[in-house]
Amino acid sequence: MSECIVFSGGRIIDPVNGIDHVGELAIADGCIVADSPADARRIDLTGKWLIPGLIDMHVHLREPGEEYKETIATGTRAAAAGGFTAVACMPNTRPVNDEAAVTRLILENAAAEGSARVYPVGAISRGSRGEELAEYGEMKAAGIRAVSDDGLPVVDSQLMRRALEYAAGHGLLVISHSEEHALSRGGSMNEGALSTRMGLRGIPTAAESIMIYRELALAELTGQRIHIAHVSAASAIDLIRQAKARGVRVTAETAPHYFTLTEAAVDGYNTHAKMSPPLRSEADRKAVCQALVDGTFDAIATDHAPHSVLEKEVEFDQAANGIIGLESALPLALALVRKGLITPTRLVELMSAAPARILGVEGGSLTPGGPADLAIIDPDLEFLFSAEDLYSKSKNSPFLDWSMQGRAILTICNGRITHDILGLFG
Amino acid sequence: MKNEFSFQHRHILGLEQFSPDDIHHILATARSFKDISSRAIKKVPTLRGRTIINLFFEPSTRTRLSFEIAAKRMSGDTFNISASTSSATKGESLIDTARNIQAMSPDIIIVRHSSSGAPHLLSRHVQAAIINAGDGTHEHPSQGLLDLMTVMEHKGRVEGLTVAIIGDIAHSRVAHSNIIGFAKLGASVRVAGPMTFLPPQLTSMGATVCRSVAEAVEGADVVMALRIQKERQNDPLIPSLREYARFYGINRDVLRGAADDVLIMHPGPVNRGVEMSPDVADGQGSVILDQVANGVAVRMALLYLVLGGEKSGGEGAS
Repeated sequence: MSECIVFSGGRIIDPVNGIDHVGELAIADGCIVADSPADARRIDLTGKWLIPGLIDMHVHLREPGEEYKETIATGTRAAAAGGFTAVACMPNTRPVNDEAAVTRLILENAAAEGSARVYPVGAISRGSRGEELAEYGEMKAAGIRAVSDDGLPVVDSQLMRRALEYAAGHGLLVISHSEEHALSRGGSMNEGALSTRMGLRGIPTAAESIMIYRELALAELTGQRIHIAHVSAASAIDLIRQAKARGVRVTAETAPHYFTLTEAAVDGYNTHAKMSPPLRSEADRKAVCQALVDGTFDAIATDHAPHSVLEKEVEFDQAANGIIGLESALPLALALVRKGLITPTRLVELMSAAPARILGVEGGSLTPGGPADLAIIDPDLEFLFSAEDLYSKSKNSPFLDWSMQGRAILTICNGRITHDILGLFG
Repeated sequence: MKNEFSFQHRHILGLEQFSPDDIHHILATARSFKDISSRAIKKVPTLRGRTIINLFFEPSTRTRLSFEIAAKRMSGDTFNISASTSSATKGESLIDTARNIQAMSPDIIIVRHSSSGAPHLLSRHVQAAIINAGDGTHEHPSQGLLDLMTVMEHKGRVEGLTVAIIGDIAHSRVAHSNIIGFAKLGASVRVAGPMTFLPPQLTSMGATVCRSVAEAVEGADVVMALRIQKERQNDPLIPSLREYARFYGINRDVLRGAADDVLIMHPGPVNRGVEMSPDVADGQGSVILDQVANGVAVRMALLYLVLGGEKSGGEGAS
């Protein structure tokens, strides 16, 4: 789209530029522009919000290797439907993204078929086996933006220390999947009264907080920054809050399921509520909400983890961890806004501005000259979250058939319409 | 027993699903079937023409035999599938296996599985009634019911009794069903064992956690020891069976604090000399073999009730 388009009448929310007012925004040639010609096409957004495109710093696109669950095409289409213009995809594909060739394949496919920007995350260790460092420099040159062995913890503390040091030299962020396997192994839900009643081996919150403590200690030791993925537990949040207070270079994310659901969702052996870390107690859920408010969490990421019925319609303890999240994240976050927990500005900070800053990527603001990565949200639109309407190839969501309110109606990535449910652009 | 009582459960997944009235109704039905097993001709036509599948993904001799005898004494047609002969080893999923069995129109599938909740999963995918014969570390409802029946037989009641359950509560589906069942019928349930054997927040299930076996057994009307599962050695739960026997085994000594007419129970098979000394297992107050006998009656009742309890002449709609 090269013509100039002016969006007017909408509420423009852009925390980076301190903007939250009804006004106009123009785009042309794939960029946000300061001035528009008088004959520019105008689109009325009265009652809608215009925000920087959402950025999800934690998704699994499953390509290469598990295309029956998701592909770069379907995953980024789901992202666009959720208001996202960029996603960072974790390296636990088959093969693992632990070398430049895999990184290049992902980026080539994303360029050819993607509906959102794709930022590959490379592996911390070769094969994510936790034994030796992967080639960060080669992967960085090919296009990775961070490293992580997500899905698995880095068991060896020395390797994690070296990863933090070595990644810093290449300007790469290290993202930690924090889990003490000795405590979590064999577990399939949060440890507590419900795991006892259901006869399932529990995963204590200590399995998370112990490893987060180690990551914080290593970040402090090396002076390098670390990002903690998918935090679920109150005890872990306390550690991060304290570390931030003493200046440790840590950022952290949580996921919508952790502020929306508790372990009660697994009752009845619902594998669509099984993930790692597991859904926790109500006290943990409240602590997650509080940490979104007080800034302990920098970002909301979905941990979008598509699985097919082959992995999910099985015995609970055998079922794969993870749920899809790209298409439900925004409505679930908007529910926090309606409850008065966070402001719209804070939502945009958590889901766009902060992820851009943490990953060091463009977008995340509406600054003129920046890319036309936008989401237009109808915060009031009510809809049924139904499996048939999902763009993701997999339907493993605990939110199926929920009545939701608020969603992206138009998503524009780099000036290109990637999602348009009202047919504003015919 | 109320005449009008109607049993509303299509599947038997655990004692958690039952009201006290449900449990009393099952036990009354079981008592009415018990004398069939002492007749010369141990057969009634109640389940004639019904197809009952024993689908066992874990080894079992007594539970499977008990269900099979129960079904045959009611003239049901029984078929046994064990994991070694099923498609499980070929990588067929549980749901595929169940759908294939369903296609052959069974009336009841009795399932034992190492995963907690496997019967729940099956119940969502087949039309046949599912009876849980033990799932993972979740429940073993027919065992819980036969234990309740045995206590009721000897004590005349469950309400107001003190029941001590000793051993590996965390990994025992028998313990879970018993805690739930005895608590529902108004008994006071105590548990004791090494802390490594006690799951978190056990009190939420209605049990009182005691610090020692002696404390749990003090004044108890029923003492139940659980089998130590020797195969659980990948998790460091106890240092040795020798030490377990000394501190947590049930012997005459520790039973001195119990009620004079204490009942001694065990879900079997007993590791004699580990969780229970031989003189206790075989001695006064031991009702271990009564448990086995009542197992057949309880399972007859469950088979009968999940198929709607249709006796000739019917009992009328409720």
